[in-house]
Amino acid sequence: MATAKKAAEQSNLPFAYTQYSHEQLRDVLRKMYLIRRFEEGAEDSYMRGLIHGTMHLSIGQEASAMGICMPLTDDDQITSTHRGHGHSIAKGADVKKMFAEFFGKTTGYCKGRGGSMHIADVSKGNLGANGIVAGGIPIAVGAALSAKRLGNGKVVVSFFGDGANNEGAFHESLNMASIWKLPVIFVCENNGYGMSTSTARSTAVPNIADRAAAYSMPGVIVDGNNFSEVAEASHAAVERARAGEGPTLIESKTYRYRGHSKSDRNRYRTKEEIEDWMTNRDPITLFETELKEFGVVDDKGIEAIREDVAREIAAGIEYAKEGPMPEISDLARFVYTEEVA
Amino acid sequence: MAVEVILPKVDMDMATGQISRWFFKEGDTVKQGDVLFEIETDKAAMEIDAPASGVLRNITGKEGVDIPVGHAVAWIYAEGEDASAAPAAASAATPAAEVKIEKPESSSQDRSAQTAPAVQDTPVQAGAVRATPLARRLAREAGLDLSGISGSGPQGRVVKADVEAAIAGGGAKAAAPAAEAGAPAAAAPAVKPMSDEAVLKLFEEGSYELIPHDNMRRTIARRLVEAKSTVPHFYLTLDCELDALFALRKQLNDAAPVKKTEKGEEPAYKLSVNDLIIKALALALKEVPDANVSWTEGAMVKHRHADVGVAVSIPGGLITPIVRKAEEKSLSSISNEMKDLAARARTRKLKPEEYQGGTTAVSNLGMFGIKDFAAVINPPHATILAIGAGEQRAVVKGGEVKVATVMSVTLSTDHRAVDGALGAELVGAFKRLIENPMGLVV
Amino acid sequence: MDAAVRELSYSQAIQEAMAIAMEADERVILMGEDIGVYGGAFQVTGDLVERFGTDRVMDTPISELGGAGVAVGAAVTGLRPIFEFQFSDFATLGMEQIVNQAAKMRFMLGGEVSVPVVMRFPAGSGTGAAAQHSQSLEAWLAHVPGLKVIQPATPHDVKGMLLAAVADPDPVMIFEHKLLYKMKGPVPEGHYTVPIGKAEVRREGKDLTIVATSIMVHKALEAAETLAGEGIDIEVIDLRTIRPIDRETVIESVKKTSRLLCVYEAVKTLGIGAEISAMIAESEAFDYLDAPIVRLGGAETPIPYNPELEKAAVPQVPGIIAAARDLAKGVR
Repeated sequence: MATAKKAAEQSNLPFAYTQYSHEQLRDVLRKMYLIRRFEEGAEDSYMRGLIHGTMHLSIGQEASAMGICMPLTDDDQITSTHRGHGHSIAKGADVKKMFAEFFGKTTGYCKGRGGSMHIADVSKGNLGANGIVAGGIPIAVGAALSAKRLGNGKVVVSFFGDGANNEGAFHESLNMASIWKLPVIFVCENNGYGMSTSTARSTAVPNIADRAAAYSMPGVIVDGNNFSEVAEASHAAVERARAGEGPTLIESKTYRYRGHSKSDRNRYRTKEEIEDWMTNRDPITLFETELKEFGVVDDKGIEAIREDVAREIAAGIEYAKEGPMPEISDLARFVYTEEVA
Repeated sequence: MAVEVILPKVDMDMATGQISRWFFKEGDTVKQGDVLFEIETDKAAMEIDAPASGVLRNITGKEGVDIPVGHAVAWIYAEGEDASAAPAAASAATPAAEVKIEKPESSSQDRSAQTAPAVQDTPVQAGAVRATPLARRLAREAGLDLSGISGSGPQGRVVKADVEAAIAGGGAKAAAPAAEAGAPAAAAPAVKPMSDEAVLKLFEEGSYELIPHDNMRRTIARRLVEAKSTVPHFYLTLDCELDALFALRKQLNDAAPVKKTEKGEEPAYKLSVNDLIIKALALALKEVPDANVSWTEGAMVKHRHADVGVAVSIPGGLITPIVRKAEEKSLSSISNEMKDLAARARTRKLKPEEYQGGTTAVSNLGMFGIKDFAAVINPPHATILAIGAGEQRAVVKGGEVKVATVMSVTLSTDHRAVDGALGAELVGAFKRLIENPMGLVV
Repeated sequence: MDAAVRELSYSQAIQEAMAIAMEADERVILMGEDIGVYGGAFQVTGDLVERFGTDRVMDTPISELGGAGVAVGAAVTGLRPIFEFQFSDFATLGMEQIVNQAAKMRFMLGGEVSVPVVMRFPAGSGTGAAAQHSQSLEAWLAHVPGLKVIQPATPHDVKGMLLAAVADPDPVMIFEHKLLYKMKGPVPEGHYTVPIGKAEVRREGKDLTIVATSIMVHKALEAAETLAGEGIDIEVIDLRTIRPIDRETVIESVKKTSRLLCVYEAVKTLGIGAEISAMIAESEAFDYLDAPIVRLGGAETPIPYNPELEKAAVPQVPGIIAAARDLAKGVR
């Protein structure tokens, strides 16, 4: 915590601009674009009938995923949620293998067995998105227990949404992480709605971060659409975890532009509300404005990033289309490590 | 560049969707985010927003029609953009190509599937005798008839010990040979057709393609199975000489008045042999009214008019439009009516009342050179007349061989309603009318 | 060099297995409610906390769902947790993590991870603990592909199967009948394993096969001894694993005896007996059956408190004798 704070105090610049090089910051912008374009590409492919099932898009939440993952190394681990595409990309996943998974191909991260809702990249420490609300939280605590017991210095981030804060698993997990002082960071991405039910209607406390007091850990609220603010909170929590001081609960207040899933009719919120977030609080627009203001990138540079991302997305979709479908005879693979008759 | 508006997938397991309502029309200016149209799914109506701002053009997605997911339903052009050249549909290629009809397959390797052929030699009477599986197997292997063995188990069940005792004592009678046991019995249950799987198994994979049935094919299959398995068919064949009929037809056609049409002058009618056959059958039924009937369980339905169905072959199947009250109609009106019905049948534009019902039918394969065949009755008809080709044949008349144009016709009758003699009377009347065709005119 | 064989109780055998596993592998940890200084609700962990410390013999809060999830997460990331549910009935609280996470994680991730967690479930009736602490829920979990479910019946087997479970890369659920904890039997010293997925013929016979699980193996053996006096020769199979089932051993036995009786404590309907019966009906053994298959299972009731009612709710030796006799003599 000490170094991060010190760096920020050295200037009046927001945290991220003292912490990261210009190149790193441009790469953050690139990845935020990559997340958004990936989800738009997935949405388009879905609407064309190329993707099966459903999916949950995090468009509008890109700064949160990127800010949290910035201080993490490839060895650090995350557990994610049904709205996990952004987390996966922020943690270093390759979009072409993600597209391939969505298309159900053997070249996907889960060889076509998981799809959007179970997207994972174990090689980069992503232990998987999860179809069960709060399902990944105890698993993250378990991973943190392994890290502590094995002394490997890893920290674990558990992403979840506001809906999860009313699940028993959330409370049990925060309690255990706190009594055992485990290197885990609980990140609640509060986008205002658990499916259709607003946090105001579902949650007894005004801020989910208030729950941290019950488990004797810091509860931090950040503007989830402000990259620098998210990254600053994440750095502090990671330092605390690595120092063996225990867990932190970060509440990242953000907004999803799209419906809960593909079958959402958006009846529980107004078009004006969505419009307001999109025009006045878009995380990518905000970040771009700052980057230009601080001379990190110019319009030409931004255009180059967009074109580069568009190419990567197009190549990813092509890669996914070309991959082979799983063999029906392989249906029973991966149920057990050694195959059982 | 114009932006494609597609029919989006909005629900799991959605392959096609219907647009229930467009909120804009061709040429309207729309803003990105405006609700363009509404999709009806099983669960709800979903509103679909415009993906871009501009002018809506090329609306190809019609309301109330099934549209495959991902297909373009319209385009949005920038103001002033040239809309004359319709853009190529970017989505056309992929989704359809990935749809394939999966061959049904059993997922579990259960015993019944593996040994199915072996159980077919089980004697037919097995169900009547209470016996354990082991006793059954031992009896089968020893060639013993289980019904000849008395069972010592609960409720007289034959167990292993009983079969062993029978083998040792030689007391049981040998099982009936399979052929006898398998002879058709009056009360034998209807034989089920082979399963799809069993049929496909007989062909090498990749050596065929599967064409999904349309509704017409399914209806034909269902109705024919119904007809052949519930109607006792009976067949009567005789030959009719056509020379007089041909002569009359030529005479009538040559005398046809000329009428003016858009395409110039045309004869008011052009009779075909089939038109004359329709009239002949209708008049024959009028002469033999007991054959103009339908069978119902409650009573015999005796019809007052001869409504003659005519089988028309169309792409993908056949349909039988009906000439009502044919006995009362002139040849020219029958002819013109048939032309209209046949043309609309080919485009599947007939109304149900134009092909449902009828009291008899004609099926003519003469134009294909078929000499003689038997047609399947189309209930509620009690008869159908199958017409073979008219051809020159040697006929013996008054001890001399002469050349005559002859066609063979076969009347199929529903024996519940039309007995042999009655059928013979009907087909005899038909022959007389064909061979003395002036009766068709007056 | 044969290892020395001593008499140990079932619970001592479990404790010894856990101690051997922990000695051999630093990654093995124990988690559960009151398994530390208390020694476990059934004294199975005993004084292991003194040997291995609180870091490896971890008392969890009363948080079955979270605790099971922590064990799953730790298993995926390098530890080998053995998680004790205080009573198998509390599996209901941990179901989400067992069924949705532990069982499916490897599959959902296309084989990129394994989940080598062991979960222990003290199960069964006979202790007067009534309806919420006496159930046999093993068939619930055996219905879930991705899990392995075992029911060792003897001290020898529980030690060997627990050591096999710890070495297994996939989640293994062990159902231990509480009345077996005090039962003594020969147990070799040192490390050995008993394979998961292999049934054991406990008694050979030619007239009738009894397939039994857990404590019912002992009741079936007792019934078989009684019936031997009447000239009825019974084969008793201890199923030991209910997922995956050892089909071959059961099928071969039924082909030999032509009669099958299934005996298990869990509620009869939709239980392991139904699975065994259907398996035989689908197999080549069908043509060897000389009598209907019979199942003896628990009554269609919760487990009652009153001791006489409690006994009546699950199969007992006299009932097994009667059913086996009728079946062997062709009365049923």
